[in-house]
Amino acid sequence: MKTIKKSRTRLEKAHISLRVNGESVEVAFAPHKTLLEVLREDMGLTGTKHGCELGECGCCAVLVDGQPVLSCLALGLAMEGREVTTVEGMADGTSLHPLQQTFAELGAAQCGYCTPGFLLTAKVLLEKDAKPSRQEIKEALSGNICRCTGYIKIYEAVELAAARMRGEQAEPAEETIYGRQ
Amino acid sequence: MKGFELHEPKTVKEAVDTLTRIGPNAKVLAGGSDLVSGVMKDWVEGSGMPIPTALVDITTIPQLKGIRAAAAGITIGANTTLTEIFESKEVTGKLPLLAQAAHSVASPLIRNYATLGGNINQRPRCWFLRGPDFDCYKKGGDFCFSVGGDNRYHAIIGGELCYIVHPSDTAAALLALNAQAKIAGPAGERMVPFDSYFVGPRENILNENVLKANEILVEVFIPNPAAGTKQTWLKLKNREVYDFALISVAAAFTAAGDVWQDGRIVLGGVAPVPYRATAIENQLKGKNIKTSIKQAAAIIRTVARPMSMNAYKVDIAQNLVERTILQGLA
Repeated sequence: MKTIKKSRTRLEKAHISLRVNGESVEVAFAPHKTLLEVLREDMGLTGTKHGCELGECGCCAVLVDGQPVLSCLALGLAMEGREVTTVEGMADGTSLHPLQQTFAELGAAQCGYCTPGFLLTAKVLLEKDAKPSRQEIKEALSGNICRCTGYIKIYEAVELAAARMRGEQAEPAEETIYGRQ
Repeated sequence: MKGFELHEPKTVKEAVDTLTRIGPNAKVLAGGSDLVSGVMKDWVEGSGMPIPTALVDITTIPQLKGIRAAAAGITIGANTTLTEIFESKEVTGKLPLLAQAAHSVASPLIRNYATLGGNINQRPRCWFLRGPDFDCYKKGGDFCFSVGGDNRYHAIIGGELCYIVHPSDTAAALLALNAQAKIAGPAGERMVPFDSYFVGPRENILNENVLKANEILVEVFIPNPAAGTKQTWLKLKNREVYDFALISVAAAFTAAGDVWQDGRIVLGGVAPVPYRATAIENQLKGKNIKTSIKQAAAIIRTVARPMSMNAYKVDIAQNLVERTILQGLA
């Protein structure tokens, strides 16, 4: 249960404890900061990207208690006792998460700025549904799709990762890598 | 963003007391997708809309979360997220209209965080209101910039002084379902039907609903619709994801065969409040829907007074009403 915090003014820093990527951490930050700013500026976790800041692009998606939300909209102060997962927490030691692997293999990015948000949202989708249809993938990722790139490879990367996570020996289709002849 | 005090009450009474003590500079915070990113980060302020110096986070009140089904109807706590609403079997089973409206809001990532109360009470999206350089009526100024400016998304019905359209999708659905709001304030709790929950600019230019600064929307009660009630939600938007309604139509009605018996038609995106099209409902009463809907939907043309750039919305509203009712009947 969360404890009631005393009201805080802008003059003092807020202290909260939470779990980030499986580790218990304590962090002090200016109380008006959003979760995005706390992660990037006070914890050095710059994998979470700062995009539109208006909740419209999905770059800043992180998982709070296992659900993808936009860290630019959530206040840092609201994170007391919560479990936050960022893209830094996706790999298992030195081995990449299957989604990270397939996004890299297929080049499912243009500049890559939106990729951390895609990875985390797709991770939750595959945890809920081991074999989502293309339409379900589109819907789940619709909050991350902002505009700059093509999405086909992103969908294919999610499908490929899903197949591998189901234990199938899946390889990317030739046309995915080389294009249609 | 400007600094603020954060209060995390554990009970509704504590929250109301805090709001009463601090006064109008305190605002209720739930998901924050509008208050934090839309208002505070963008410094949307004026003499009638000061940037809050204190936030009262009501997500820490357990009583305000959850969906409870009882014999008379369904009660949904104000802090219930939109995702929780359309994933609830009770809601999708009995109130598909509300489930569809909640599902059509913004994006999955926002729906995971945004709450029902916040969706109902969010501020309008008018770009003059949201723009920092326009001291409009809603911000305490004395001018509406949409009258002479770009008003392609503004009101076609009921605009007076201010020409915003009400931005909430769930509000339109709740009005069509004849729902009621439970409001808590210093004097205790009161029930307000959504019929009289929203107020236009003539009644209160600074707020879009009856909530006072020290009152909180606690929960929403939706009575069980009559057996066989047809419920349909259609929302037209420029972009499939993220977007607010250009026009939306929520309809809940009963029919004997093809004959309209009783029901409600509510339009979003046309007026400063969710607009109940009673004239269309009355026209349909006792008539064969298939043969009379075209004429009935055209009544919207007699009520609408479009602005310089939004006459196209009248055509859309007419067609969308027709399409929604026919889809519900099918």
